[in-house]
Parts: sequence; C-alpha cells; structure tokens
Amino acid sequence: MSETAATNAHPGLLEKQFESLQTQHEARKLGMWIFLATEVMFFGGVLTAYTLYREMYLPGFVQGSHFLEVTWGAVNTGVLILSSLTMALAVRSAQVGARKLVTLGFLGITMLLGAAFLAIKFIFEWRHDYVEHLVPGIDFTYAGPHPAHVQLFFCFYFFLTGLHALHLIIGIGILAVLCLMAWRGRFSPQYYSSLEVAGLYWHFVDIVWIFLFPLLYLIGGR
Amino acid sequence: MQGQHIVPVKTYVGVFVALILLAALTTALAYVPMGIGNTVAALAIAVAKMALVALFFMHMRYDKGLTRIVIIAGLMWLAIMITLTASDEFTRHWSPIPSNWGPAISMPQKQ
Amino acid sequence: MSVDVAELSTRSCVHYLNASYGIKSWLLTTDHKRIGLLYLVSITFMFLVGAGAAALMRLQLLEPYGAIVQPETYNKLFSIHGIIMVFFFLIPSIPAVLGNFLVPLMIGAKDVAFPKLNLLSWYIFVLGSLFTLYCVIFGGVDTGWTFYTPFSSMYSNTHVLAAALGIFVTGFSSILTGLNFIVTIHRMRAPGMTWFRLPLFIWSIYATSIIFVLGTPVLAITLFLLTLERVLHVGIFDPAVGGDPLLFQHLFWFYSHPAVYIMVLPAMGVVSELVAAYSRKRIYGYSFVAFSSLAIAFISFLVWGHHMFVSGQSIYAGLVFSLMSFLVAIPSAIKVFNWTATLYKGSISYDAPMLYALGFIGLFTMGGLTGLFLASLATDVHLNGTYFVVAHFHYIMVGGAVMGFMGGIHFWWPKITGRLYPDKWARLAALIIFAGFNLTFFPQFMLGYLGMPRRYAVYPAQFQVLNVMSTAGATILGIGYMIPLIYLLWSMRYGPVAGPNPWRAKGLEWQTPSPPPEENFEETPIVTEEAYSYASVPPEKSRV
Repeated sequence: MSETAATNAHPGLLEKQFESLQTQHEARKLGMWIFLATEVMFFGGVLTAYTLYREMYLPGFVQGSHFLEVTWGAVNTGVLILSSLTMALAVRSAQVGARKLVTLGFLGITMLLGAAFLAIKFIFEWRHDYVEHLVPGIDFTYAGPHPAHVQLFFCFYFFLTGLHALHLIIGIGILAVLCLMAWRGRFSPQYYSSLEVAGLYWHFVDIVWIFLFPLLYLIGGR
Repeated sequence: MQGQHIVPVKTYVGVFVALILLAALTTALAYVPMGIGNTVAALAIAVAKMALVALFFMHMRYDKGLTRIVIIAGLMWLAIMITLTASDEFTRHWSPIPSNWGPAISMPQKQ
Repeated sequence: MSVDVAELSTRSCVHYLNASYGIKSWLLTTDHKRIGLLYLVSITFMFLVGAGAAALMRLQLLEPYGAIVQPETYNKLFSIHGIIMVFFFLIPSIPAVLGNFLVPLMIGAKDVAFPKLNLLSWYIFVLGSLFTLYCVIFGGVDTGWTFYTPFSSMYSNTHVLAAALGIFVTGFSSILTGLNFIVTIHRMRAPGMTWFRLPLFIWSIYATSIIFVLGTPVLAITLFLLTLERVLHVGIFDPAVGGDPLLFQHLFWFYSHPAVYIMVLPAMGVVSELVAAYSRKRIYGYSFVAFSSLAIAFISFLVWGHHMFVSGQSIYAGLVFSLMSFLVAIPSAIKVFNWTATLYKGSISYDAPMLYALGFIGLFTMGGLTGLFLASLATDVHLNGTYFVVAHFHYIMVGGAVMGFMGGIHFWWPKITGRLYPDKWARLAALIIFAGFNLTFFPQFMLGYLGMPRRYAVYPAQFQVLNVMSTAGATILGIGYMIPLIYLLWSMRYGPVAGPNPWRAKGLEWQTPSPPPEENFEETPIVTEEAYSYASVPPEKSRV
C-alpha cells in the first residue's frame, strides 16, 4: 500500500504538523532515542553514587552481593533477553505486514515474559530478602562484618532493581495499549511507529538489566 | 515506507543466541577469581551485550547517524558525571589534613 | 520568499487567539502558541510569589538586627525565593514562553513535533508548582534552594519533601520541552531552512534543550535519593554510616550548574535577535555565535565543582574545575564581542527591546567577569558564601536573563497579541529597571567583598548603608517591573493594532500575520535568504 493510500485508509494517522508519515516516523523515533538518553542520565545518577560507594566499601558490597541468588538473576537475564527478541519480532511482523494475530502474539509473549521477570523478582527475590531481614529502612538486621556498608549495598540493590521494575511495569502497560491497537488492526507496513518506539523503550529496559545483573549479583567473584 | 530496513529473522535469532551465550559467560566468569579482572570482564561483556541489543534489536545499525550521536552523547555525559565526581572522591586523601586540626575525619580510603 | 506584507493584514481575521473560545479550548489546546501563553501566566504568578519573598528579605535587611521576621523565617524566605525563581520562573521563562511560541514560527513549521506532549509539559509544570505552593503556604522550607545534606536529609523540620517533590515533578516538564524542541528543530525545518540559516535564537534554544535533556534527569534522581534518605534514614548521605554528604552536592550541582546556562543561553539568543533587528545588520560572526552556544552547553557540564571549592572537595578536583570554569567564559565572551561588532556602524534605534538588549550586554559582562573572581580558587575562599556570590549570580540572572526575557516579550509582543504597547512607557520602564537593578545589586558586590555572609538575617552595623541602598534599589526595581505588567495588559485591549512586521525585522515569524493563524503559515514558506539579511531593507525611523 502506498503512503497516500495508507493515510487515506486511516485518516487519523498523520498528525497535521508533519509533512509525511515518513517524517512523523523519523521524528517519533528520534524523540524516543532522546528520551532514552535522559533515562541513561536518570539511572546514571544512582550508578554514579553506586560506583563511588562500591569502590570505597568493596568488602561490604561483596558481602551484600553474596546474599543475592545468582541463579535467579541469571534466569531473569535470560527472560528479558528473550523478551527483547519477541519484541523485535513483533515490530518486524508489522513491518512485513503479517496478520494482526502474529503481532498480537509476539506482543503477548513479551508481556508474559516481563510479568515473569517481575514475579521472580518480587516473589522469589525481594520476599526472600524481606524474610532474611535485609530491607534497609523497613527491616534490616545483619550481624556480620561491615554492617553499615552492607546496608548501603542493599539500599542500592533495592533502589536500582525497584527503579528498573517500575520501568518494566510501565513498559508492560504500554504493551497492553499496543495490543489493543494491534487488535484493532492499526499497524501496517506504512504505519508502525508506535510499535517501534515502544520497542526501543523495551530494549532499553533490557539493557539496564544487562548492566544491573553483573553490577549487583556478580561483585568480587564468587 | 521507504528506507526502513527489514532485519531477517535469522539475524534476530542469532543476536539472541549471542546474548544468551554472553550472559552465560559473564555468570561463569564470576566464579573464576580474577581480582579486578572480574569487574573489567563483567563490564566489557555488558557493553558488548548492550551494543548487540542497540545495533540490531534497536536498529541502530540501519539508522541515520543522528540516533548514534544521541546515544553516544548520553553515554559520554554519564562518563563525565562518574569520572569528575570520582576525581574528587578518590583524590581527597592525597592532601593530608593538617595535624593541628583535630581528629582525622576523612572518608575511608579505596580498598 | 517575498510576501506582500500589506496584503497579509487585510486577509481573514481568524487567528490563534480567536479561532476558538472558552476555557476548554485553552486548557485542552495543543497549539504551541496558546501553550506559550499558558506558561506566561503560570510563570508570572510564580514570579510574583518569589518576588514577595525577596521583598520581605530586603525589608528585614534594612536594619542590622531587623525585626521584620525571625531568623528561622528568614531562612525559609531565601529558600523559597531561590526555589521559585530558579525552577519556576527563570528556567521555564524564555524556553517555555518564547521558545514554545516562536520555534515553529521561526523554522517555518506548523507546530512542534509533539503538541500533546507539549500540553502535558505545561500540566506537569502546574502540578509541580502546586506542590511547591503547598510547601510555601504550610510552613515553607529552610534548606536553601540547594538542599544540602545532611541538614535537608536529617535535621530540617520543614517541608523538604513537598519542595523536593515539586521540583522533581517540574523537572519532567523541562525534559519533555527540551525533547520536543530538539526533534522539532532537527526534523521540521521548512524547505531551504538549513542549519546555518536558522535564527541564532533557535541555536540557543537547541543548546538549552541539550542541557534540559541531559542534566535535568540527574536532579530528579538526586532529589529522589534525598527523599528516600529523609523518609527511610538509610544512610546514603549520612557520614555516621559511611555516606558522603558531598556526593549529594556533586549530583546536585551536576545539574544545577548547567541549569544556570539554561537560564542565560536563551536570553543570549533573544539578544542576538534584538541586536540584529535594531542595528539593522547581520550578526557579526554568525557561526561563531552559533558554535559558542553549543560550546557553552557542553563545557557547562564540566565546571560544577566550582560551587564546592570550600566544601571539603579534593583540591586536585578543584584545580580541574577551576580551569574548566575559566574556559567556559570564552564562548560567552565571543558572543559579547560579536554583538559589539554588530552594533559598530549599525543603524541603531533605541526602542525598548533594544534598551533591554544593551542592558543585557553590559550587565551580563559584569556578571561574567565577577564569575572569574569566583572561579579562581584563591579568591573564592574569601568570596564564597558572601554577598559577592549573590551579586554575581543576580547580575547574570536578573541583569542578564530577566532583561533578555523582558526584551523578548516586548519585541515579539506585537506578534503574540497583534497589539503595540505604548513606546514611551516601555522605554521608561526599561530605564527604571536598569537603574533599580544596579542600585540593588552593585552594593552587594561591595558587601561581599567586605565580608558580609549570605543567607544571614542579621549583620554587623557597619554594613547598613550598603544594605539600605540595596533595599532602595529593590523598591525601584519592583516598581520598574510593575509598569510593563500594567501597560502590556492594557495594550491587549487598547493598544494600536500591529501589522505583521512593525519592526520591519527579518525572520519567518514576521512573514505571517500578527497574531498568526493557528497553522502559522498559509503555505509552507520556502527559505532562500540567509538569516538577518538586513542590508536590502532601508531602516525605519523609530517613533519618538
């Protein structure tokens, strides 16, 4: 379908400030990339603090890190990487004009994988840490060496993974909206910018975890 | 839409496999004691994974140069923030506190 | 492209202001021009609140042991004054008001890239303002606008959270605005509008937007960390458990120093427009000015430690930051030289906007030079924490940024409202503001040099004369600001109707009716001229 035909078929697609669907697509992508750069700085502030304290208090941070289950972290890493694949395939399916059920399917699997990540994190990891009295500010008792630094580690652990989980929850919400749009047949090879832009966001959340996993779980060798 | 490169499924799956392998590698290496090498290796692998996701899943490889500039700018600014902040934190103890200033209250040194 | 300007004013009288009526059409608008006006109303209101705090402070400082307010209240006054003026007036002022209105017009676009996001930005700004106003009404905050730990995280008994939340929320308004501008400028320029034909105002808004998107998130996360610390007492900034209070300062100033360039860069952009229009000359060294804007944006991120020279920061880091701070002065100086060269042999008219522009050049230069005193490590030891610093930044922010804002508002007022303001009152107000400003803040340089600390409610008696002068100046300054408020509002109803280009200025925004139609241009303009191609247009005598 040509661009003009696509715009005629779905009149609401091209916003009036843009001269063409192409420009609109490019602009939205650029907008999301810039937003991701702001997210780099947003997480970056915490990472700066984390880097400094880790360098200063490495023994305490190693202690804290050993409380985390590498297995769960590794499984979660795999889950998110797989979800990135399915997200990329969802975008691709719209690009090639596949049937809407295909796009819907990929989006759905991505959402499920995201939910699986959250389940593992909240039900298996965070709850375990709570039971072990390792939640600073709420219930933190630790009798080993470097208590202050271990507490600091767990501050960062919960803050970083919590911030990441928040972004993931928002991502799942966005995907839900996209599922609705896909169900209504809104995507086509001429118009899939929302999918691509959401994909960029989703991949970014994956990248953040790609860094958080080694930084939090694999400190100082095991 | 013109100019939108369609990435073959094989490429996506290939990148996926590479990512899983790298994740396994980084997990395995954590159990090999290498001192500072552990952190260096872990970060290097993470950067490689990030590059794979960005270039292929996020289409950076097929995009105009502007998106690269945007993300390089973000990473560069992060590097500036960490480096210059660290330059203070880790050189503070280079200037000793004068002996007649009372008990030494300095930040714990880098271990 | 040549448009018969006379013909434009006889075309249809439907424009963005009267295209639709009713509160819903304003509160749900996605028109960048209306959004600019929404911001104008919001920031003017916040300015008045911040100015009220300043008035009380200056009243207190009339006497060495003034009895106007308690010291604890004084702490709240300077904190509120700083927070509101920085985050809720200066930072949004030119970008959100003039930027929103002008960016699409100047590049020949119909709107910004993401109009709905633009409206959302305004709502976020209002929400942040409400949190801050809650803080003001229900007891204030006394940490200073800088929120230094551990006082803010552990000891202050005031509404730190409300203030921090207000700023956190408003930060997202800035981020989204900056994002919108960057995408708009990259992707929506009219045919023929190459980068080096853009007005310099656009270059400065672009540079400002870079700071918006890369710096503001760090402030957001820092305030978030502060909130966690205050609520959960976990020790991120608490020395007793290994935290570092200086880490807060690093993260805070990483944003807040570039923030001051957010405040001044757009004003510099306005000045470029005004100097060109009222000298009827191209800006001398256009590309130098354009690249200087980008250089300032970049280097501004490398200097933040100059706020921390006496905080316990490593002296070696201090050396680096000091050197960088000297370097950042260079692009600013390049701009001043270029404006001056533009004025040379120009056909100058002294309309009100030009008076503001000339005021900017002089006062910004003074502010910038005094910044070098502070960038130098040895002198900063004596001057930090004194009124010298206060005078320095007010010269830049009020003598610079606010003058730029006032000049811009006056220059583009006919475009925004379709009306002309009374010229004599405007020029008088500009002169009163200039005089009042200098009387307020020049004595403060002397006070700081003589050792009077800032943020103190009381002072030794030998400083009284200078303080009285400063308060007198503040009164004159206040009167000076009230005058435009009155005549600008008056002009919206009673001012003479302005044509499309009352100043006979160059620029796409003047090629469309005043006020512009909703879609800005009847047809997309095609640009064939360089920016500021004034030589071909004969000067018009300014009205006496």
